[in-house]
Amino acid sequence: MKLRVKFSKHGVLRFIGHLDVMRYFQKAIRRAGIDIAYSAGFSPHQVMSFAAPLGVGLESNGEYMDIEVNSLTSASEFVDTLNAQMADGIRILEVRLLLDNAGNAMASVAAARYTITFREGCRPCFLTGSVVDDFYSQESIMVTKKTKKSESTFDMKPYIYACSYDDKNDRLDLTVDASSAGNIKPALVVSALFDYSHQALDESGLMITREETYTNTGTAKEVRLEPLGSVGSDY
Amino acid sequence: MRNLALSDEILLSVEKPARYIGNEVNSVMKDKGGIAVRFAMCFPDVYEIGMSHLGIQILYDMFNRFGDTWCERVYSPWPDLDAVMRDKEIPLFALESQDPIKDFDFLGITIQYEMCYTNILQILDLSQIPLLAAERTWEHPIVIGGGPCSYNPEPIADFFDIFYIGEGETQYRPLLDLYKKCRADNASREDFLAEAAKLLGIYVPRFYEVRYHEDGTIQSFAPTRPDIPEKVTKEIVTDLSDTYYPEKPVVPFIKCTQDRVVLEIQRGCIRGCRFCQAGQLYRPVRERSVEMLKEYAVKMLDNTGYDEISLSSLSSSDYSGLEELVTFLIDKCREKKVNISLPSLRIDAFSLDVMEKVQDVRKSSLTFAPEAGSQRLRNVINKGLTEEVILKGATLAFEGGWNRVKLYFMLGLPTETEEDIQGIAELSNKIAVAFYETVPKEKRNGKVQIVASTSFFIPKPFTPFQWAPQCTKEQFLERAYMTRKAISQQLNQKSIKYNWHEADASVMEGILARGDRRLCQPILKAYQKGCIFDAWGEYYRHDIWMETFAECGIDPGFYTTRERSLDEIFPWDFIDCGVSKEFLKREWQRALDEQVTPNCQQQCSACGAARFNCGICVTDRSDP
Repeated sequence: MKLRVKFSKHGVLRFIGHLDVMRYFQKAIRRAGIDIAYSAGFSPHQVMSFAAPLGVGLESNGEYMDIEVNSLTSASEFVDTLNAQMADGIRILEVRLLLDNAGNAMASVAAARYTITFREGCRPCFLTGSVVDDFYSQESIMVTKKTKKSESTFDMKPYIYACSYDDKNDRLDLTVDASSAGNIKPALVVSALFDYSHQALDESGLMITREETYTNTGTAKEVRLEPLGSVGSDY
Repeated sequence: MRNLALSDEILLSVEKPARYIGNEVNSVMKDKGGIAVRFAMCFPDVYEIGMSHLGIQILYDMFNRFGDTWCERVYSPWPDLDAVMRDKEIPLFALESQDPIKDFDFLGITIQYEMCYTNILQILDLSQIPLLAAERTWEHPIVIGGGPCSYNPEPIADFFDIFYIGEGETQYRPLLDLYKKCRADNASREDFLAEAAKLLGIYVPRFYEVRYHEDGTIQSFAPTRPDIPEKVTKEIVTDLSDTYYPEKPVVPFIKCTQDRVVLEIQRGCIRGCRFCQAGQLYRPVRERSVEMLKEYAVKMLDNTGYDEISLSSLSSSDYSGLEELVTFLIDKCREKKVNISLPSLRIDAFSLDVMEKVQDVRKSSLTFAPEAGSQRLRNVINKGLTEEVILKGATLAFEGGWNRVKLYFMLGLPTETEEDIQGIAELSNKIAVAFYETVPKEKRNGKVQIVASTSFFIPKPFTPFQWAPQCTKEQFLERAYMTRKAISQQLNQKSIKYNWHEADASVMEGILARGDRRLCQPILKAYQKGCIFDAWGEYYRHDIWMETFAECGIDPGFYTTRERSLDEIFPWDFIDCGVSKEFLKREWQRALDEQVTPNCQQQCSACGAARFNCGICVTDRSDP
């Protein structure tokens, strides 16, 4: 049976990278005594898959992993048992039962929503709701993506699903592509926004929280974003 | 949520910020209100190395069982963070509370290898604690050293208030009680230290004075006050089945060198190899009961979630309950999908059978440590392993499907000749021949892979070889080239790969290992010139060290290549590690006579450790 587990990651745990979070959960599941399925073969490993890697330094309210179990307890018992094994900073939020033919978490990811605030003293005064609206209403948003080997320029606009600024809370809301093919780092959008306003950005001043991870229940053309957890059912 | 000592900006700018945040599963948080003693436990190397050390896990658990004490951990900041902390004058902090170390009552530093000495100074410096013990006041923690290098603490004597000689489980409680009493009575720091020096196993360097002969050797080493003991006897746990051991070891977030449950099955070793310091220091060998180990194995796996467990000891094959323990573990681990790793096992039918059951055969290679290439030299070093046993073990392994063998040797052992070095190549070749004779062509999965590695022999205190001259760098390298050439002349040379160690660092380690108090100055100076992480090849600066010795008027050869006379007073002679100097002299003579000494299981050789009245010394030897 496949379960989809939603968790949050806050505080000092934001300095723990993706691979270490996976290793952390492998141990936590053993400690909790969850009846997880193991792969066959000489060195069996837990059947587990994570949705979208979260960058070091980011917090999240919407992380997902899928695991396969041999037997079920109640969903609330599962959440409580696993929460009893969590270090300060990671909380299990919900668990849902998946259909056997459901796509795995990683392959299902289409987008993620982020909120971005600024550290004390780092909030730029040029930033307002209307500036962000102007930025987002551009025909195209050309950015240069640098990798270790090459540099490429492309139009980011189709990969941004929503972009707005909440003047009251001084908060940028962003929904962008998070699929393995087209993943956009939220800081890249902020950097384009600053370029657009001819301002210099100090990325270390950003506080980024992933609020939710989505799958696309529509089509490639008619995108319908639903939280990854909505695919499963209560049990 | 805890506040961190480092800002997000700093943490995101350094490599592996998880090294500095604490909060690991099973790390201990306490309410400062009820705490009388804050103890910072330090391993002066990077987090991933320090977290792999069992001794700290044991003491961390012990201290935190004390209701009045909170023990926290601290490791060396990696050079990237080191630079930031110096620049911004951020005081070094403990992982749990993130409070500055300088506000603690004790800073305990485990000293596991000589090449960490400058890292000790880095820890003190970043903590904003005076580097010299003489300059500290009650404003500063008591800096206490322990671990194997404290058996010759003299090269770092000026930097420590106290050294604890021996196993930590026994004397810390009395020491903490004394500390609490002295603080309550408003005693001076000096008075506290003088009282501490009277406790068993406690050495306070400031109360001892060294005088030297004109030739630089020691004339006298004596306490400066009549109430301070002349000799310090090591502390030892007599019953290892009834003492502290962690049921819930701290589980790091990031991958560490030792990323598994570690079960220490025994302390000490019956073998008495003459080059091995641990084999002498930890006498007599003492076993933990199989019952205790079974219980702890299950608890530790359940409490950590690790998927691997490892047995730890100097020579696991000599543990009397090995078969029962391993059988139990195989059953338990299969059920829990846990791997078992069994280092330091003699290769024989039993161990091969066990490995077949617990390890992924395709991945593993076999390790032999003949240490020397010829039987003659193996007799000199008292390494019982014979060529016959090695070849038999290898043949058995080849029959079982293994085709990779690792061989460990030392170069520069006392009395070593060209023939002994030739023997390294010949033994490697014979193992290759054994493979081709044992495994028929159609069953071979490629060539046999033999990796022969040599390290350079460094004489250590409290070994029979403490009198031996160490090779010069040139002699070391000459011997490595000789080994390489000899291997290249073997028939199966294409199946043999040869590695040798860095010679410069071996010379340096030799200086520090048998050094005296006069080395405190160059160590301090080298640190001030920027030497840290000397144990890390990429940071080790041999040129700076040698230049510093010259500036301080110190001849490194005095400590390494010099021939020592039998009546010389050594800097470490004031420590009584249980093994007598008379025994070590006898062993040194037997080595030169190429005579093997029976192991403790076969016969008592009156080393002196029997006075501890425990372990093998009180065990019936008739039933091995």
